Amino acid sequence: MDWHLIIAATIKIVVFVFLMTLPLVAMSVWAERRVSAAIQDRVGPNRVGPAGLLQAVADGIKFLLKEDFTPEHVRKGYFWLAPSLVMVPALVTCAVLPFGSQLFGEKMVIADLDVGPLFVFAVASLSVYGIVLAGWASNSKYPFLGGVRSTSQMISYEISLGLSIVPLLMIYGELNLGRIVQEQAENGWALLPLWGEGLSVRGWLLAIPIFISFVIFTTSMFAETNRLPFDLPECETELVAGYHTEYSSMKFALFFLGEYAAMIIGSGLAVTLFLGGWSLPFGWLTPESVDAEVPWWHGLIHIGTFFGKVILFILFFIVVRWTLPRFRYDQLMRLGWIVFFELALANVVLTALLLWWFN
Amino acid sequence: MAIVVERPKLKWWEQLYLPALAKGMRVTLGHFIRIVTGKRKVTMQYPEEKWDDHLPEHYRGAPALVTDEQDRERCVACQLCEFICPPRAITIKPEEIPSDDKWAKVEKRPKEFDIDMIRCIYCGLCEEVCPEQAIFLRKDYAITGTSREEMVHDKERLYEIGGQRIGLVNKWNELK
Repeated sequence: MDWHLIIAATIKIVVFVFLMTLPLVAMSVWAERRVSAAIQDRVGPNRVGPAGLLQAVADGIKFLLKEDFTPEHVRKGYFWLAPSLVMVPALVTCAVLPFGSQLFGEKMVIADLDVGPLFVFAVASLSVYGIVLAGWASNSKYPFLGGVRSTSQMISYEISLGLSIVPLLMIYGELNLGRIVQEQAENGWALLPLWGEGLSVRGWLLAIPIFISFVIFTTSMFAETNRLPFDLPECETELVAGYHTEYSSMKFALFFLGEYAAMIIGSGLAVTLFLGGWSLPFGWLTPESVDAEVPWWHGLIHIGTFFGKVILFILFFIVVRWTLPRFRYDQLMRLGWIVFFELALANVVLTALLLWWFN
Repeated sequence: MAIVVERPKLKWWEQLYLPALAKGMRVTLGHFIRIVTGKRKVTMQYPEEKWDDHLPEHYRGAPALVTDEQDRERCVACQLCEFICPPRAITIKPEEIPSDDKWAKVEKRPKEFDIDMIRCIYCGLCEEVCPEQAIFLRKDYAITGTSREEMVHDKERLYEIGGQRIGLVNKWNELK
């Protein structure tokens, strides 16, 4: 056993998952409320701590102290299992996201897998089981409808989500997220090929399918995380609260946090794939190669850059939520199956043609 | 005649939905920026900022009893306010003023005067009906308590809120 690796991995897990992602979940709940308030000309929570920043702590205490009520008619085992099934996959996907280049010779990724995006999709799609189980185990109408809606929605959009990144993987010829980011740091972010080899006719033409990919990926991300404009599984106006209607206290909080954690991981993945991950624009402070030595302060700047980008992306999520009205269910399905599925397929072909042309 | 409203025919770029998204984002971000930069004032931050200084003269707050410049109570316990009060918040127990009292001429005074502030609707009818100008609506609006008993203002509390008020009142008028 190599104790050095285990200790390093443990430290990375504790720091990235528990000291960065989970507080970010809490902060994004706060940001959601403050931003939505500002958009709607209100104030929002501003009482607990400076500018209401400790509101999340107060909410957490409230959730812990509330009565954990389990209705008589639910299927207890599954009812208890469901919330964790929503929360855990979202956190497990943290494992492959490169949240920085290197710090003290350690790669800033918990598991440097060579199948990064595939792992994320495989694990993230598990969270649909949590929602389905919650809907079914609650044994009442609204949660059931919410669970059913969510299943079909997530399965439909998983297809376009997976297909949308295929062009990207074709261009990079790579499934390791760390090396994809390194490539983008040297030759221009996928969406902004403004330096390095990206600054060429090839780079600019390839940016077209990448932009289409980005639109499909982001929209599917909204659908996957059950957020407006695709929050039909829990839409309050029709289904009370959807799949978590029967839940209370910390079990409800787990659903809530799971949604935000999924949102953060989704943003992290989008940033990693399309916006250059931890890299600064114009190749500033870019390491020589993936394994090259990086000064510790560069490493810290890279981590900061990654989280800055993720936070901006989350703000985009939030603003979209408070901008768009909810889709009708048939519109949602039509968008998923008739528009995005075909568009993603055509995009793969387009990318292949472009790559063949430039080869 | 029935008017047929044509459904607008959308151009292809309008059907793309993305321009509409940009337009919507402009509206929401506009609101966001105006709030963040403080160009639009949202609301008064209540416990820190209060509108006490801006209350208009005619503001109807908690009703209270008042005394005159010589600290005599103006109320004669005629019970008109008790009977006009729409939610029946006022309860008066009158008593006779003993004949050896200096103001025996007034004959009647309230022994107990309770206003249940849970019931009071701040309508101001008591003030309007009072023939002796003894009850006024003050500007106190944050009337709170932790029990129902605490929310009933007795005579002492009512005079405390009301304080003194100067001006002609009929019952002290010797000519009348």
